[in-house]
Amino acid sequence: MTTVARDSRTVVDPAPPPAKPAAGPSRHRFRAVAGFAFGAALLFAVAPLVLSDFRLSLLAKYLCVAMVAIGIGLAWGRGGMLALGQGVFFGLGGYAMAMHLKLADAGPGNMPDFMLLYGQLDELPLWWRPFASPWFALPATVLLPMAVAFVLGSLVFRRRVRGAYFAILSQALAAAMVILLIGQQGTTGGTNGLTDIQGFFGYDLDDPVNQRMVYFIIAGTLLALLALARHLMQCRYGELLVAVRDGEERVRFLGYDPATVKLVAYVVAAGMAGLAGALFVPAVGIISPALIGIVPSIEFVIGVAVGGRATLLGPVLGAVAVAWARTALSERFPGGWTYLQGLLFVVVVAFLPGGLASLIGLARRGDGERWFGRLRRTRRTEGQAS
Amino acid sequence: MTVLIGQLFTGVSIGAVLLLIALGLALTFGQMGVINMAHGEFIMAGAYTTFVLQQVISAAGWSLLIALPVAFVVAGAMGVLLEFLLIRRLYARPLDTLLVTWGVSLILQQLARDIFGSPNVQTRAPELLTGNIALPGGITVANNRLFILALAGGAVVALTVALRITPLGRRIRAVVQNRDLAAVSGIATARVDRMTFFIGSGLAGIAGVALTLLGPIGPTMGTNLIIDAFLVVVVGGIGQLKGTVIVAFALGVLQATGEYLTTLSVAKVMVFVAIVAFLQWRPQGMFTLRTRSLA
Amino acid sequence: MTDQLPGLYVRDLRVSFDGFTAVDGVSLDVAPGDIRFLIGPNGAGKTTLVDAVTGLVRATGSVRFGDRELLGRPVHRISRLGVGRTFQTSTVFEELTVLQNLDIAAGARRGWATLLRRRHGIPDEVAEALEVIGLAGRADQLAGTLAHGQKQWLEIGMLLVQDARLLLLDEPVAGMSHEERDATGELLEQVSRDRTVVVIEHDMDFLRRFARTVTVLHAGRVLSEGSVAQVQADPRVQEVYLGHPVDAGPTPLEA
Repeated sequence: MTTVARDSRTVVDPAPPPAKPAAGPSRHRFRAVAGFAFGAALLFAVAPLVLSDFRLSLLAKYLCVAMVAIGIGLAWGRGGMLALGQGVFFGLGGYAMAMHLKLADAGPGNMPDFMLLYGQLDELPLWWRPFASPWFALPATVLLPMAVAFVLGSLVFRRRVRGAYFAILSQALAAAMVILLIGQQGTTGGTNGLTDIQGFFGYDLDDPVNQRMVYFIIAGTLLALLALARHLMQCRYGELLVAVRDGEERVRFLGYDPATVKLVAYVVAAGMAGLAGALFVPAVGIISPALIGIVPSIEFVIGVAVGGRATLLGPVLGAVAVAWARTALSERFPGGWTYLQGLLFVVVVAFLPGGLASLIGLARRGDGERWFGRLRRTRRTEGQAS
Repeated sequence: MTVLIGQLFTGVSIGAVLLLIALGLALTFGQMGVINMAHGEFIMAGAYTTFVLQQVISAAGWSLLIALPVAFVVAGAMGVLLEFLLIRRLYARPLDTLLVTWGVSLILQQLARDIFGSPNVQTRAPELLTGNIALPGGITVANNRLFILALAGGAVVALTVALRITPLGRRIRAVVQNRDLAAVSGIATARVDRMTFFIGSGLAGIAGVALTLLGPIGPTMGTNLIIDAFLVVVVGGIGQLKGTVIVAFALGVLQATGEYLTTLSVAKVMVFVAIVAFLQWRPQGMFTLRTRSLA
Repeated sequence: MTDQLPGLYVRDLRVSFDGFTAVDGVSLDVAPGDIRFLIGPNGAGKTTLVDAVTGLVRATGSVRFGDRELLGRPVHRISRLGVGRTFQTSTVFEELTVLQNLDIAAGARRGWATLLRRRHGIPDEVAEALEVIGLAGRADQLAGTLAHGQKQWLEIGMLLVQDARLLLLDEPVAGMSHEERDATGELLEQVSRDRTVVVIEHDMDFLRRFARTVTVLHAGRVLSEGSVAQVQADPRVQEVYLGHPVDAGPTPLEA
């Protein structure tokens, strides 16, 4: 009998409380399907038609950043874990893919060009060898980051290291990884990273047609990750994750282990970042420490904050917007961009913690809210950290 | 044996640098709970202050000595300004403070680039600090390292004394332990916050002066320091200085040992692994005040 | 019914923080189906006792719920044995709806397969709890927008769907209006039909009306125990509350 109230499709009841929970499930689903169809049309039809090859490859790069952002939105916006070291996972995915592509470029039994150049090694290092097989390398781009996140996450979450401590540790992980990569120049390419990647599973990456194919793969992956994130946010687990964010101890007293709940979101976010890194490599042709260190890691976060950390689409749009603004502005005013980026952090985080999505949410309450998920005073995200 | 002692001293001097850069944070993060990512840029400000003073006062020894108080005030003033403009609005949101101050640090770095240029600059060290002292047993110790060790020791002693016996120190500790009670007891907590921030940021300025003795000064020098500094405070445990002191030297020795046995990069990773392992054992850091705080 | 219900048996419980002993050898039994009130001056160790029972602080001694030892188990395991608690400040998940709050509380035993699916409709136990706590009409409202009293009821409702057999409530009526107190008291009576309830409370009026038994704690020890009348008549209780034994005049318990 009480289920009736839940199913009521008399959607918008304008006057009372701010939180109008989702409409009936089918209407909900319809909107989601329509939204995804719109997004797909934009990415697959409009963008390739109106953008030049160069712009399209830039967009491919931005969409990779957006994939990382989806994960950060899940971990930080919904789970309260400020992951400042997502570059590590992006890098693991990227290096795994790049190692395979370098080996494929070199041909069976040969060493990648940079190893011959540095001339420190007589043969391929042992840990490079499995990456010659796509059957190892491709799953590794996702599983390797997830495994690292699992180990770090289970260590720190179980011991209730959280809030700022977790943020700083995740950032330190990024610092450690970069130092390690630079230090092992002979086998990792050092500061240069793995560059000059020619082919992608037999397709020549210099050919614009193949670049376009890479773009389509990236766009499709992004949509798939969005669907995954949407489901995770709306299923019971998603509600539980928000509960852990806002009252970790309380959840514990309800009989859950919050560490496990957080671990899932963190590991999923790491997998998304890994996949993003893996697809970034054929799109851009390079992976290097400069792309995954402390600074890029925190730059992943700014897009999420700008777009709206706790929403589904906010992080994606924010990430693309910030990446685009960076390209557009830093060419003309390199210093100006840094100032602007700094100001973005200050203004958005301090004065608009819900991100731009909260503005749209304010403007068109009923509809915007369903579009952007639950937009509310995101300062609640901080509950646990203090 | 000689190698061992030599390595130990290298470790201690790395530790002294860590201690200097972390001491201010031990105050602002450890005592106030504020995560100030711009702390590294306050260190940079101290370093550039030394550089500027040397342009004015060419005697390297004097300019260094004068730089100590001047850098303290310059960095402290920057800290107070930051506290007043932004941080005090964000006391309930530590993670947001982290991101906001990161934005501030980006702005300060770019300011430094615009004022002093992107390339690194260098100061001249005073003659007295350029040489080495030969200790019995064939160990040589660099004078500048000794100076930094003494400076770090002096800063710790001064800060401890200030917190223990001065009225301001008492107020700072009162606010740390119970902000509401302190407020109703007639302590102007906002002013105490500002003073705490002044001292903590000022110490960053002093660290910046010391760092000019070890290497070049550049706009991004802060970024490289800030994480090490935070790790020291996190592992040391908040609310007490002794944890910071012990951990700074412990990590210094660990890194020197690791570097000796392997390479710099592997040593850094070793330190990170050691920190995660340590937090398994004591997630609240080495020393912490056990209280009945909840949920 | 109450026969199979487990009771709470605390033996020689000790908790200390950095040399300060907050609970100093407390032993007490709460019979199944009881509504036991824990009272005592500030710092008597009431909340710490509850913290120890629920695994939040480390303690020595023994705490059994039925025949199972609770000490040494992690918080979420103790909770799964049927021990639920509330806090002095209400700790509902303000960003979630009433329904979502209850659904989460009901779900600790759910497997991942269920967790990763979306909720359809309202689970029976949640619907029942919504009725019991009188929030059925507000199921879709954000918990953060509830009135103070309603939040406290939601917390109790969360304990119900969690299927807690032992409810430990820390000052459930603090800050409530008279009507809300009465409603809460009646809720406790209803709930205690098939559960054991322990309440920490300062409100003596509320205590007199709804307590079945009372334990007075003082300086980490049990000072007195019994029915409301027995405790009220105990000269040691009067001494603790007034600083000296009194022969006449109202004790705080009566005031």
